[in-house]
Amino acid sequence: MSGILNSSIGRKFAMALSALFLMIFVLQHFVINLFSVINPDTFNEISHFMGTFWVIQYVIQPILIIGVIFHFVMGFVLEIKNNKANGVKYAKNNGAANSTWMSRNMIWSGGFILAFLIIHFIDFWIPEINTKYIVGDMTGMHNGEFRYFHELQEKFVPLWRVAFYIVGFVFLALHLLHGFDSAFQSTGANNKYTKGLQGFGKAYAILVPLGFIFIALFHHFTH
Amino acid sequence: MNLTLKIWRQKDSQAKGQMVDYKVTEISEHMSFLEMMDVLNEQLVNSGEEPVAFDHDCREGICGMCSMYINGEAHGPDRGITTCQLHMRMFNDGDTITIEPFRAAAFPVIKDLVVDRMAFERIQQAGGYISVNTSGNTQDANNIPISKHDADEAMDAATCIGCGACVATCKNSSAMLFVGAKVSQYALLPQGQVEAADRVQNMVAQMDLEGFGNCTNTGACEVECPKGISLENIARMNREYLSATLKG
Repeated sequence: MSGILNSSIGRKFAMALSALFLMIFVLQHFVINLFSVINPDTFNEISHFMGTFWVIQYVIQPILIIGVIFHFVMGFVLEIKNNKANGVKYAKNNGAANSTWMSRNMIWSGGFILAFLIIHFIDFWIPEINTKYIVGDMTGMHNGEFRYFHELQEKFVPLWRVAFYIVGFVFLALHLLHGFDSAFQSTGANNKYTKGLQGFGKAYAILVPLGFIFIALFHHFTH
Repeated sequence: MNLTLKIWRQKDSQAKGQMVDYKVTEISEHMSFLEMMDVLNEQLVNSGEEPVAFDHDCREGICGMCSMYINGEAHGPDRGITTCQLHMRMFNDGDTITIEPFRAAAFPVIKDLVVDRMAFERIQQAGGYISVNTSGNTQDANNIPISKHDADEAMDAATCIGCGACVATCKNSSAMLFVGAKVSQYALLPQGQVEAADRVQNMVAQMDLEGFGNCTNTGACEVECPKGISLENIARMNREYLSATLKG
């Protein structure tokens, strides 16, 4: 067990585990956001629960942050190591003949997702932490009603932010189109369920980002 | 057909190297790619120039010696073949063909298109074998029942000729398809079980030591492999490695 992260396969495995964890997180984030379209009251209640329940705030949230940081840092570490493993660059390299654009450019799609996440944290996470833990207001109320739904709608008023989020979700889809299968392959899971998982992965990679785009547009046009 | 060749020329392992243009004429579409290279070299020798060094041996797709990165692909544009099996009918009259050595930090260029692939040998030496007594008392392998499925998969893995196309093709210069195949061919058979845990750990450790990159599952290696070695072998190696390492 010791030093597993020093081996190429161990690093792949750790990368895959963090990816699988983040994909579960993204799915639950999507389901909660979907309630903002279906029923704002339910969205407010879930948001308040997620934002105040101590298990989520003090246990799950730190694990998530560590998972996100680990995935990005390891992604860049692997990229540097892989570049070092390459010799002189080919004068002519026909990558499209044997692999998908998504699989060859995970570092770029991942890099844009990182830029998106920074903006997303500035937009939502930092104000939330400020309200709850610096100002000390844990009520989740503003002018006598839950503030979460209104805050969400306010954010999607500027068109530039909606456009930036849409581009971010497109890159998320591109990242997941390769990343979903790749994570299972890295854990060694290549078996009779692989074909089914690949189908599920494609559906996940397209439908979840598309759903996020729909939610952003919905709030932009219905505010 | 008449062709323009852009070929990597490098005097020795220390020299810088560069792409050099050559013209070849009256190339038959029935020639193999290596025969076309022979024509070029004859031309160069006749004009007093240094012929292009390239690896070759059996010229029938078995030995794994011929390498070359042709028009951006290992072993050229065809599928399931080595360079010696690539025919000139895959090209058109007037084409410009780019010919480079296999590129990877672990495959240093020795001269022109010849690269040092001894890293693969060292990985094999680290565990790509089974320890059996060959003093005359060896048990007949057919006495050990093996399922047809396992035997077929082991045989498929064993068809790897160690040419290095997987490494040359991989954007990370990863050797995991090669090592996955070598680990799998033993892991699938009862004779390989005794040393399975040590084998996979030692071979992966040697692979990392040689400076090969990390697999990111692009699948390019499987497409370019002349023997069609499947990515399933990488997944099996991952399972074998994780199981051996986590169990301690």
